[in-house]
Amino acid sequence: MNWRLKSGFKPVIEPILVNNPVTLQVLGICSALAVTTSLATSLVMSAALICVLTLSNGIISVIREHIPKSIRLIVQITIIASLVIVVDQLLQAYLFDMSKRLSVFVGLIVTNCIVLGRAEAFAMKNAPGASLLDGLGNGLGYAFILVTIGAVRELLGNGTLLGASVFVRADDGGWFTPLGLLALPPSAFFLLGLLVWAVRTIRPEQVEPVLTENDGNEAARR
Amino acid sequence: MSLGANPLSWWRNFLSLPNTHPIKTIGVALLVALVCSLAVSYTAVTLKPLREANRLKESAASMFKLVETLALGFPKPRLITLADGHYADRDPGTRAVLATERDLAQIGEREDVATVYELYEDGALALVILPVRGTGYKSTLKGYLALKADLNTVAALTFHEHDETPGIGTRILEDAWTALWRGKRIADADGVIWLEVVKGEGRGVFEVDGISGATRTGGGVSRLVRFWLGPDGYGPYLKQLKRQGSS
Repeated sequence: MNWRLKSGFKPVIEPILVNNPVTLQVLGICSALAVTTSLATSLVMSAALICVLTLSNGIISVIREHIPKSIRLIVQITIIASLVIVVDQLLQAYLFDMSKRLSVFVGLIVTNCIVLGRAEAFAMKNAPGASLLDGLGNGLGYAFILVTIGAVRELLGNGTLLGASVFVRADDGGWFTPLGLLALPPSAFFLLGLLVWAVRTIRPEQVEPVLTENDGNEAARR
Repeated sequence: MSLGANPLSWWRNFLSLPNTHPIKTIGVALLVALVCSLAVSYTAVTLKPLREANRLKESAASMFKLVETLALGFPKPRLITLADGHYADRDPGTRAVLATERDLAQIGEREDVATVYELYEDGALALVILPVRGTGYKSTLKGYLALKADLNTVAALTFHEHDETPGIGTRILEDAWTALWRGKRIADADGVIWLEVVKGEGRGVFEVDGISGATRTGGGVSRLVRFWLGPDGYGPYLKQLKRQGSS
């Protein structure tokens, strides 16, 4: 029983740390750079992606046996894009300020490689239940990275977390001078790099083999 | 070929067709498109009132902020007939189609009766706030243009609705840019409108610095401001106001 529970939840847990779509496959980093200026935007963006990814995986898996190979990418993208529009409309209706802060990036989930990648690599080949869990797991993996970067950027770039003051800023009589760099997109790149480094130090098997010049030639010849 | 007589067996036969069959391919594409478009239109239509309410709230907040930054009292809404500039009692809701060559703001059509906001201090006109809109780079910009009592000086310009490129066109929302408009003149002594957004640095009282990378958005703002201050916009109304003030 215990073993079954474990294996059942493996697809949810694994993509968070072991097989993280962002740090291992380096997918979906465009939005990870753009929306991580604060923890709140990271959380909402993560929730939006989790919804889209889980549902798209589930829906595509249900109809997977009837999707003709020749139009499968079009069908997948149509489903993903519709889900994204619905999520975007919900945000505009119920979280208007947040949707303005996220601007186009919710809409750009359509182009997020994680969503199409999981549809193509997993949902097309697996049953709906497993696909839902895979979507949820990969969404959580993306969320984990976004929330980590968002929290660090907001804390060090602004001295706050979710808008509440954590470090009292020097302008308000405290000791903390915000690091301006962390408010800018490049800092997300640095943090993401550090995260990839940390994960690959803990799990050296994730380090890609270094290609020598010879390997490249071999590959070219093949 | 026939797929079967009753709908159920038709459906079963359709599903059992090989995926490579053209009917199956076209059928699946049509079904997916149909279901997706239904889902999208259903959410779009049911959530429209909420989105509209959010937009109105945003517009009111923007006006409030504009008046607040100018540290003035609360403006009074007035209905005016755009064609002759006189006050109107009610808004018939009619709209006039604009000829392309006159449609500087690229809005297609314009309402006949518009709402403007007048602000009086000690009985004298202090500020006129004009709702403006027009096409920027890829979306309709909506905002407010506030004029000082001489009706030839910009007091403030804000935008509260747009869908321009984030980080580039959206810089028209930043205070650093809208502040450049303050104190700019509209027309010369002969009434010719010169106010515009120029490329690079603006010189003199009629020119506002352009935003590099957002030339088209800036151009759109220029054109919409000119349109709404011109004869098809609030021009007649401003003329009326000036006549009132001088008499």
